[in-house]
Amino acid sequence: MALDRWIALILLGVCLAYGYAAWFTMDANLAPFMRRNPIWPSTFPKVLSVLAIITTLIVLLGFEKSEAKEAEIDYRRLADYHLVQALVLLALMVIYALCLRPLGFLFSTSAFLILGSYTLGERKWHVLVPIALIAAIGVWYLVQQVLGIYMRPLPGFVGV
Amino acid sequence: MLEGILIGLQTAFSLQNLLMVIAGCLIGTFIGMLPGLGPMSIIAIMIPVAISMGDPSAALILLAGVYYGAIFGGSTSSILLNAPGVAGTVASSFDGYPMAQKGKAGKALTIAAIASFAGGTIGAILLMVFAPALSSVALIFHSAEYFALMVVGLSAIAAFAGTGQVAKAMIMTLLGLIMATVGEGALFNMPRFTMGIMDLQSGFGFITLAMAMFALPEALFLVLKPKNLQGEEGEIKDLRITRAEAKAIAPVIGRQSLQGFFIGVLPGAGATIASFLGYAVERNIAPKDEQEEFGKGSIKGLAAPESANNAACTGSFVPLLTLGIPGSGTTAILLGALIALNVTPGPRLMIDEPQIFWAVIMSMFIGNLVLLILNLPLIPYIAKILSVPRNYLIPFILFFTLMGAYIGQNNATELLLLVGFGICATALKFADYPLAPLLIGFILGGMMEDNFSRAMQLYDGIGFIWERPMTLGLLVIATILVVLPSYRARRAKARAEGVAEGD
Repeated sequence: MALDRWIALILLGVCLAYGYAAWFTMDANLAPFMRRNPIWPSTFPKVLSVLAIITTLIVLLGFEKSEAKEAEIDYRRLADYHLVQALVLLALMVIYALCLRPLGFLFSTSAFLILGSYTLGERKWHVLVPIALIAAIGVWYLVQQVLGIYMRPLPGFVGV
Repeated sequence: MLEGILIGLQTAFSLQNLLMVIAGCLIGTFIGMLPGLGPMSIIAIMIPVAISMGDPSAALILLAGVYYGAIFGGSTSSILLNAPGVAGTVASSFDGYPMAQKGKAGKALTIAAIASFAGGTIGAILLMVFAPALSSVALIFHSAEYFALMVVGLSAIAAFAGTGQVAKAMIMTLLGLIMATVGEGALFNMPRFTMGIMDLQSGFGFITLAMAMFALPEALFLVLKPKNLQGEEGEIKDLRITRAEAKAIAPVIGRQSLQGFFIGVLPGAGATIASFLGYAVERNIAPKDEQEEFGKGSIKGLAAPESANNAACTGSFVPLLTLGIPGSGTTAILLGALIALNVTPGPRLMIDEPQIFWAVIMSMFIGNLVLLILNLPLIPYIAKILSVPRNYLIPFILFFTLMGAYIGQNNATELLLLVGFGICATALKFADYPLAPLLIGFILGGMMEDNFSRAMQLYDGIGFIWERPMTLGLLVIATILVVLPSYRARRAKARAEGVAEGD
């Protein structure tokens, strides 16, 4: 089964769960006065769930044939591309998200930029480190001072 | 109208807004040149900046400038490197790159700049004429018609998705609508589908979703499959075009600006279709001996897609500004930004806040002029950005997507959502699911449900569908739009297999 139909299967599961929530769980705790309303919070989701289940089935069962197109990246040979680099970068993004608050903006950002470039194969430390530091401080200054959005610059245990 | 033009000029010519146009065009040109980064990613990255400016006219002017700049920048990389940064400029590389190979890169860039300028300007004039007319019609619309109109818009986007893609595009649209129902709705003060997670109470962040749908997958694709950015180190010179050449391309530009604009108005069509269609039409109506030239460096073949895609970009503002319904991913992002700035585009926009409407139109003229004046002499230098090493570029793109999502919500959970959705979007992109319909559905979802509920309450039930002929008509059109492509594909297939037609 091709990837697009696997995805349709997964989406069908999502839509079924959504439909179940809309049809069977939402109306129970509706306030009595709202029951007289012609539209309930669950009305629109009910319609959507039915339509979505029908269309996912159309793709899943292959009712609509699409001609094979030359894809930009062939997912069957994913290992031939720089998959490891992509996965490391994604992991770095998750770590960045988790560290942003506890470790502070300046440290997390410069570490992210340095490690990101390192992952992609950059080894010129004398260029890499200054660029990352300048970018981190520059963006922090812009966001904090110009846009006026607070971001904790330093790790939590240092203070501020 | 004259009064409106004056208001617009007054707003657009303030120092701040002029700087916004120039900055937007420059940023757009720079980033649009990088292959793999389309206008949607750039605009998504620029949104947090635009929103925090607080002035809706300035924000819209900045974003619109970025949009034109990105299209223009995309054509530069198509011509110089045969590596289009934007889908809408793929057709420009058919004839632009052969010209560059023959050492006429400067001439090709000049033609592209002039054609873009003419396309954008003619588009803006048409917008000025058509938008007020359309919005005065739209004022008699009732919420039932609005609901039906949104259904038409969404199904048109699915219908134009291409053969074999209609069902996929519909799934993505419906998924976007489903995602829009998460969180508290405006009409019911009750959290829906939050699964008890507090962070989902206010729904998914629109910026997060925009970044995850466009910027992140494009960046990941650049990581997975590095594109060769190194072009031939040729001097770009000889920017002049001769009088005979100007005479040859003038009618092409005129025709394609008109055609491109009207294609751009259609929801779901947009700059890509306009440029391909423009190229095909011009090739077919060209005289025999010139037809041979197409694909080998014909100046007409370059001018046609260039004027068509810029006119289509302008045309796509018509449904956005008059009906509040975006026809493309880019205008959907602009709509999201406007809502965040407490401006609701739609027929009331021209009456309630004429300065925004007219300032945007005026800034289109200024933006096109800026692109022409600024970029022509600067092109050789701007093209240097193509040599920025990707080792630096990609971490920065990823960082800006993270920052955009974080600034919008000030919430680290948003970043995890961004990465999660980004991975999902990449998988969807592998399987050739279109991503723009999801975002359009997501943005229209809230409005659509509000209008649906209002109509239901006014008519005390679903009766509004058959009691209002206009609503019924629009919904019938929507059904036809979805069913027709699959019916025609089925019939074409049956005919190909030799089955007799049972008319």
